[in-house]
This record gives sequence, structure tokens and C-alpha cells, in this order.
Amino acid sequence: MVGIIDYGVGNLFSLQSSLAYIGEKAIVTKDQTQLAACDHILLPGVGAFGDAAKKLKESGMQEIVLQEVAAGKPLLGICLGMQLLFDKSYEYGEYDGLGLIPGVVRPIAPMIGTGLKVPHIGWNGLHFPKEKERCPLFADLKENDCVYFVHSFAAVECEDSITATVEYGAELTAAVAKNNVYGTQFHPEKSGEIGLKILKAFCKL
Amino acid sequence: MITKRIIPCLDVKDGRVVKGVNFQGLSDVSSPVELGKYYSDHGADELVFYDITASAEGRALFTDILKEVAKTIFIPLTVGGGINTLEDFDRVLKCGADKVSVNSGAIKNPNLIAEAAKRYGDQCVVLSADVKRVDGRFTIFAKGGRENTGMEAIAWIKKCVALGAGEVVVNSIDTDGVKQGFDLEMLEAVCDAVSVPVIASGGAGKIEDFVKLFHTLPTVDAGLAASIFHFGEVDIQELKTRLAQEQIVVRR
Repeated sequence: MVGIIDYGVGNLFSLQSSLAYIGEKAIVTKDQTQLAACDHILLPGVGAFGDAAKKLKESGMQEIVLQEVAAGKPLLGICLGMQLLFDKSYEYGEYDGLGLIPGVVRPIAPMIGTGLKVPHIGWNGLHFPKEKERCPLFADLKENDCVYFVHSFAAVECEDSITATVEYGAELTAAVAKNNVYGTQFHPEKSGEIGLKILKAFCKL
Repeated sequence: MITKRIIPCLDVKDGRVVKGVNFQGLSDVSSPVELGKYYSDHGADELVFYDITASAEGRALFTDILKEVAKTIFIPLTVGGGINTLEDFDRVLKCGADKVSVNSGAIKNPNLIAEAAKRYGDQCVVLSADVKRVDGRFTIFAKGGRENTGMEAIAWIKKCVALGAGEVVVNSIDTDGVKQGFDLEMLEAVCDAVSVPVIASGGAGKIEDFVKLFHTLPTVDAGLAASIFHFGEVDIQELKTRLAQEQIVVRR
């Protein structure tokens, strides 16, 4: 069973539906006992980092998630949920993240140069670092398979954990992994067949 | 590289797609779920569902249908029609919509954009602008193009983007239904004025119209159309193959 963390952020309907569609049982939960019974954890999120980080902490879910991850359970952070995995974000201030993956989150505007729109919205191709072993989440994907992005901030100073990048004026972090912790900047639950493959692969971990 | 998006728009009334569609393998041509799935499987990058229902019953039916759609289709879904309050945003977002498009509701109360952007994020709020030339001036029309608001279009669109609209759909009433191509002059004026994604609507009649759109205006992010897809005049996969041949980057 997959536990989708409910901390009052974002719309979980599509995420839940996509898991049901691939035949995975999933619950949306903010309950420690329920989450303990799950074998995979999904950390969703949309909106602003500071607000989400605060809600995650105040709901008590932060501590529970950290415990489950320390026990070795696979965790996948999606979009803002991925950004929360890092040490810090500089989105409208400076906020602490979960510190599960070394790195920080910064605005993409200065990285991508002029002439490109912010947010980076739409379908864009994934590139997998050639010198690294392919992340198991992307085992069934081809270079340049498209996934759906919506973001104005991106993770930096996280080279060791990068498992996929995306070209948008610069090479931006598209996905990361460290031990049993995974993150995608894009939305697999909105990325058609490719996205469903990624969610399936995660549930098989 | 970011791809250009191709977006079919489905008008829904009382839970059914309004324009009859004839595709092989579709048993129920007016089912939003079946048609949406068909498009998703055939290369659509996003779907827009426009609720043209007037009654409360029809509205409830629409959200039921939307839920069914969101349970089987995993690409971005935009919903519009009858969005006048934050409650309307909430109603459709809970049923699986990713973005909400506002038109007349924002004209009545521009603050709706600011409030919705604050609560759900800019990326969630799409401004849909129906624009027509009146005495040579781009002018905003309300109520499905029936009512001249007298507002100058570019100033209105800029204002809405400043309030928090994260994307703009520009529907040219002048070219809509004419099938002689998108309104490039109008679209260029909008692209020059705002820095958020611009979606072109109104006027597409054939594949070459999309080629011309993206070649002439590389800053346009997406092309939206309804009947040419519904009637099979343009097949999305063929369209994308053609765009790729023309070095226009698309998802395939």
C-alpha cells in the first residue's frame, strides 16, 4: 500500500487516481499508524515552499516521514514535495526543508536567461546522466521521453543525487535520488503513460 | 527542449460533449470520458473542458463527469465555464482539474484572479480572453462573445497577468470558425505584452495553420482547437508528425 501524505497542501485527486489506475492501493493519510502500515510513501505538494514546510512540520507529519525514511521505506517527493527533500529553499525568503538530500532550491529565472517564460510550464524531455547508472524509476524510459513540468524554482548544488535533468535555457534538475529517497520536479501523475511507468517503478521498489 | 502543446477543447452540456464526433472505435461519441481518453491516447498534450450548462443540475453532472475523466486520463486538465467565485475553483479542482479558466467571471470581478492565484498558485489560473476588433481596436467581449465590454484587450490581459493569471488563452472572435488560420496579428500583440504562456485559439482549419502559427510566432506556447479535431479534419498525431518535420518541437 502507498501512503500519500496529507498535510493540507495540494490536490491529491489525480495522484490517488493514477495509483488506482495502475492497480496500486493508496491511502491519503495524516495518521502515524496508517502510514506505518504502508510500504511506500508519496510526498506531494503544490504552492509555496515556506507555507508547505510549515504545514508539514505543524501537522506532525515531518517527524513521522523522517522516521519511516530512516527505517528504509521508499519515499517519493513530487514537485514541491521533491523540493522539500532538500536542505533549504530560497523561495520568497529562506526556509528549511527536510534535509534528506543535500542541496538547495533557488529561482530558475536567473539560471535560464532571458526570453524564456517563468514558470516552466509544459511537456519537456528528460535526460539521464550518461556517467551514472539509470535510476530504477526510469528503467523503462527512453532518453528525451516527455513529462509535465510546472515550476518556477529548481534544486541546485545537488549534483551527486541528480538522476535526470531537463533542458530549459539551462540544464535544470528534473529528478533526484539518494538511498531510499526519490524526487521528481515534474508531475508523473500528469505525464501520461510515461508518468504511470514511473509510478509503477516506484511502487515496485 | 520545451514542446509546443496541442490542446483539444471539449464543450460539455448536461454532461455530454456538444459537438457530435465520429471516430472509429468510439462507441459513445458524446461521452466526455471516452472522447477525452481518445484524445489523450492520440497525442493531445492537455484537455480543456468547457462547461456550457446553464442549470444547477447540469453543473453537478459536469463535476461528476470531470471526476470520471480525471480517474482515467493522466494529462493536464483545464476546466472553464461558469467560474465566478472561489467556490467554483474549489468545486472543479477537487474533481481533478489542474487549471481553471476564467472569462466573464473575471470581467465581473477581476479580483477573482488575484484571490484564486493566492490560494491555488498562478499556474492554476488561466485567463481566457475573447477578443474582437472593434473600429480597429482589440476589444474584450464577455458572455461567450455576445457582449462588448468596451475594454481594450491588451491592457485587460496585462492587468489579469499582473493580478496572477499564469496562462492566457487568446480566442480571436474575428477568426473563430473561419478556418483560415490563427489570428497572428492579435497573438503577436499579446505575446509582446505578457511573459506568461500564451495559447492560441480560433481560426485553425488545417495542419498548415499550426505550422504557420509556431513558425511565425515562436513565443506562442500552444494551439487550441475544437471542431477540426472533433470532426477528424485534423488528426493530432498527423499534426505532430508534420510539426516535427518542420523542426517544431512536440511531444510524441
